[in-house]
Amino acid sequence: MAKMSKEEILNDPEFKSLVSQKNTISWILGIVQLVLFYGFIYWVALDKPFLAKKMTEGKAMTIGIPIAVGTILVSWVLTGIYIWWANTKYDEMVKKIRERIGG
Amino acid sequence: MMIQILNDVTMLTAVAQVAAQAAVPTSTIGQLHVTSVTFFLLFVASTLGITYWAAKRTRTTKDFYAAGRSVTGLQNGLALAGDYMSAASFLGIAGLVAMKGYDGLIYSVGWLVGWPIIMFLISEPLRNLGKYTFADVVAFRLKQRPIRAAAAAGSLATVLAYLVAQMVGAGDLFSLMFGLPFELALVLVGALMISYVLFGGMIATTWVQIIKAVLLLGGATILVLLVLNKMDFSYGNLFQQAADKYKTSFLEPGGMYKDPLDTFSLALALMFGTAGLPHILMRFYTVPDAKAARKSVFYATGFIGFFYILTVTIGFGAAVLVGQSAIAKFGAGGNMAAPLLAEVLGGSVFLGFLAAVAFATILAVVAGLTLAGASALSHDLYVGVIRRGEANEKEEVKVAKIATVGLGIAAMFLAVLFKGQNVAFMVGGGAFVIAASANFPALLMSLLWKRFTTMAAVVSMYTGLIVSLVLIVLSPTVYVDIIHKSEKDAVTKSVAAIDGKVKEIDAQIETAKKGMIAPDVLAKLKKKEKAAAEKNNAMALAAVDTSSKDKETLLTSKKAESAKMPVAPVKYKNVGIFSMSAAFLIGILISLLTSEKEAADKFAGVKIREYLGIGAE
Repeated sequence: MAKMSKEEILNDPEFKSLVSQKNTISWILGIVQLVLFYGFIYWVALDKPFLAKKMTEGKAMTIGIPIAVGTILVSWVLTGIYIWWANTKYDEMVKKIRERIGG
Repeated sequence: MMIQILNDVTMLTAVAQVAAQAAVPTSTIGQLHVTSVTFFLLFVASTLGITYWAAKRTRTTKDFYAAGRSVTGLQNGLALAGDYMSAASFLGIAGLVAMKGYDGLIYSVGWLVGWPIIMFLISEPLRNLGKYTFADVVAFRLKQRPIRAAAAAGSLATVLAYLVAQMVGAGDLFSLMFGLPFELALVLVGALMISYVLFGGMIATTWVQIIKAVLLLGGATILVLLVLNKMDFSYGNLFQQAADKYKTSFLEPGGMYKDPLDTFSLALALMFGTAGLPHILMRFYTVPDAKAARKSVFYATGFIGFFYILTVTIGFGAAVLVGQSAIAKFGAGGNMAAPLLAEVLGGSVFLGFLAAVAFATILAVVAGLTLAGASALSHDLYVGVIRRGEANEKEEVKVAKIATVGLGIAAMFLAVLFKGQNVAFMVGGGAFVIAASANFPALLMSLLWKRFTTMAAVVSMYTGLIVSLVLIVLSPTVYVDIIHKSEKDAVTKSVAAIDGKVKEIDAQIETAKKGMIAPDVLAKLKKKEKAAAEKNNAMALAAVDTSSKDKETLLTSKKAESAKMPVAPVKYKNVGIFSMSAAFLIGILISLLTSEKEAADKFAGVKIREYLGIGAE
């Protein structure tokens, strides 16, 4: 942190953009995750007949089962999206800023 | 009920004949298996070997708490997954699904969705700001002593609730599998977990966890393949048979939680509890940097998601191929569903293997928990609070080791009290609620909110802890099923006795009525016979009358007796929504009312370190 003071880093446009991009990605993915899970819980708690519908007429499998499994799979995909973004974009930006400020 | 049992017996027989693996349809569970003992001894021997190896590498506090920060992303992913795939997940979820059907899935989904939240909101700041415990992060810009004291209290409560659930699982498994006493299992598990942590610290704990994660994932995958093999590799067939055997409602929500608020409350605790579990958060310090921390969450989420899909399949498979009443014979909680299924499908050898794996699972998880508890006691409470940060490394490790032994012994005694509870429920309704209320709100607010003050953090943590503990104790599961167990059992017994008497009287009334001579017959009788018959009828009527009166008295006494059933002051089984909101609200309120210039000033430093990792340990 030799080249810049804390205030200078905080006001640095590149650092500001890093923070806002990271927060945007985190919140968007976080909200998608919340909607996904509480959507599922909404059905479980308040609209049981919806999840109890049969996948195909005459078969026992209810649509609740693929929806539950799908929630698990989509959650994992979301962590994949985040890690892809962080590994390609975020780490690059951090590296650039750290080189510049000599931290 | 009888028909159900008969069905199960025929089912078991049929399965055994088809599989031609077991000559008799009865389970060999309850006997000591050579295979399980062999597998278990192998596991113990190799983990003790690792502990010996790790002991030589454990010198500093960094080694003891954080494995020298030398764990890779993939290794940590497996270890995190191992921590999470506990007896509660494996035995508990499979049991819940087998006994209650669809509602068991709420646990698998809820326990997974906490991971993305950890990744998006706290994984990087946690790694960049902390050293060994999550209290490091909360205390980073706030006052050390009060924060560490409160965080240690929350951590300990969470760890103990979790530990006890795992120990109960171990005791159940041990006595049911091998017919040996519950208490002996506790002593064995306790002694082994203390050895791992005491001598090998985080290095040994991590490797024990990795080995177990691989064994458990492998064992569960084989079990699922065996189930699907019976179903022609079609999930449609599996669910069809489950619905045919039970009701179609078995595949629909509503088996466990009827009240929407109860369901929602459970969901909240499962999702946010993960982000407040000390033994999980502690693993973020075993990797070298934030990038590796992030990677490990991705791997962990993948492994855990896969595992939960497996356990759900195992649960439905056990309901179909073993049968609910057969499972219930080995404990009403359903914890034995997975081992019983293993026996039906793979014979006693596979049962032995899976029993050993389940036991290893518990061992590894309790070791991680003990280490987290010990670090809260030594790093936060002893060094941070009592010694005001002045203790040297040698002293800190020594205190951590004493704490390890103390915690291990405490957990053994507590486990005896909670014998017989479903372990998934105990973790979901207990440990996760405390974690989501005492630990998570303060951690999140300290990261996100510049105005957050020491006072707010401390009050929020204690509020979350106390409110959750009080509400859990007043909820039906603890208040009725544990505290007032003798009253509950007495009422259930006397009500059942009254029901039995009522049935007898009903039978008497029935016989008396049958003994009466019908009017059309009566009309055809001769005078003398008619008089006798009328006398007989009058007596029968009188008998019916007295019996009916007796019955009425009995029914009144049944009502009075039922009224004696203890009622929990809190009607919800899941209280997370109340305690978590309380912790957040009071934290926000006090932050707005107080101001702490120093904490706000330090926020700049936090931000730089949080996002850029500058100065991270």
